[in-house]
Amino acid sequence: MPSYDTALYPMEFHVNGERRTIRVRAADTLLYILRDNLGLTGSKSGCDNGDCGTCTILVNGLPQKSCLMLGVEAFGQHITTIEGLVNSPVQEAFVQKQAFQCGYCTPGFIMNCHGLLNVHPDANEETIRVWLESNICRCMSYEEIHKAVKAVFTGSRKS
Amino acid sequence: MIPFDFDYYKPASVQKAVEWFQILHLQGKNPMYFSGGTEMITWARRNSIQPGAVLDLKAIPECNVMDFKKDSLVIGSCVTLSALSATNLFPLLSETAQGAADQTARNKITLGGNICGQIYYREAVLPLLLANSRMVIAGLKGMKEVSIHDVFFQQIRLEKEEFLVQIVIDRGYLSLPYVHYKKRQIGNVGYPLVTVAALKKDNQIRTAYSGVCAFPFRSFEIEQALNDPLLPLAVKIEQAIGKLPAPILTNAEGTASYREFVLKQTMAEAVNVLEGR
Repeated sequence: MPSYDTALYPMEFHVNGERRTIRVRAADTLLYILRDNLGLTGSKSGCDNGDCGTCTILVNGLPQKSCLMLGVEAFGQHITTIEGLVNSPVQEAFVQKQAFQCGYCTPGFIMNCHGLLNVHPDANEETIRVWLESNICRCMSYEEIHKAVKAVFTGSRKS
Repeated sequence: MIPFDFDYYKPASVQKAVEWFQILHLQGKNPMYFSGGTEMITWARRNSIQPGAVLDLKAIPECNVMDFKKDSLVIGSCVTLSALSATNLFPLLSETAQGAADQTARNKITLGGNICGQIYYREAVLPLLLANSRMVIAGLKGMKEVSIHDVFFQQIRLEKEEFLVQIVIDRGYLSLPYVHYKKRQIGNVGYPLVTVAALKKDNQIRTAYSGVCAFPFRSFEIEQALNDPLLPLAVKIEQAIGKLPAPILTNAEGTASYREFVLKQTMAEAVNVLEGR
């Protein structure tokens, strides 16, 4: 049984393609480790309760709510945050379709949709609907968000 | 943010998990097993629980299997609900799991966590009750396999140091005719007013419920009423309602009287569909 002489746990994981070694409090969620320890503030704190989805990140390519994951659980995992997306067609579609108003929910929506693109590159309407249910937009931009995501999957981003 | 500290351990074997739990318990650490952890993180953030140590079960190989062994499907307790739905080996379980929380949360919530949780609904247990599943449980005396009906009565009943390792389902149940209804007050995500899972075996309809009372349940008395060939449907349902194991729930999702109305409609839908199959 391992024993620790400190309340901080050594941790190594990959964040946006870069290997990071830090010490974390076991009780800290990944959201706060990304934001406070690594300065990656693109993942937002919303409900902190797994309801709103604005803290969504990718864990080994799958979207997860970083407020519902302990940082220590990420040991050895590959984490992608909104800062790690480069030239994602999802980001481009959100811009093209103006799929945001205040923008607070946008990183979470984009990460979720990017995850959907990873897992189901040929997602149908029903799959898109189910996946989009994970995120909430208080500005009610759902129509534009849906159009943006549809555009990614139909390849009609600029129309 | 979780307002207190705890120690974190990730045992790589069933035996180590139980041993470490026992040591931590003797040290007065109030240890908790941890699988997906979504519920534990939520309660801890609200300071409703204060474990001094958590034992993450996700590195234990037996807790991550999802495969056939002879004539049974074996599912590890750390398999996520989204993985269950994606593989679709037991369609009723897949559909029921798909109704819990939302897609992103289901990437984290595990079957074992859902069954062993404290929240009323624990819907993933419904198909397992209907299929007379067996639970593989680890404890101080090693592993044991027991009927779900011996350890799940309103909630999972384990000794403090025990944890759920696997669920075993006979292959014969996987392809039986079934229905699953989750009725919410509004929308497609959220807790149910009523969830009904039902399957038909040997010409008998089996039903299990979540959202109706303050715990999920399967009732053999209700099944007896619903399968009585001499009664018209409306009478069957009235009799079934009279055999509920506890008062109908009233909470933010709906009042007891509204739930009862929805339950009656849903029971009728289930019986109508399955009687024709």
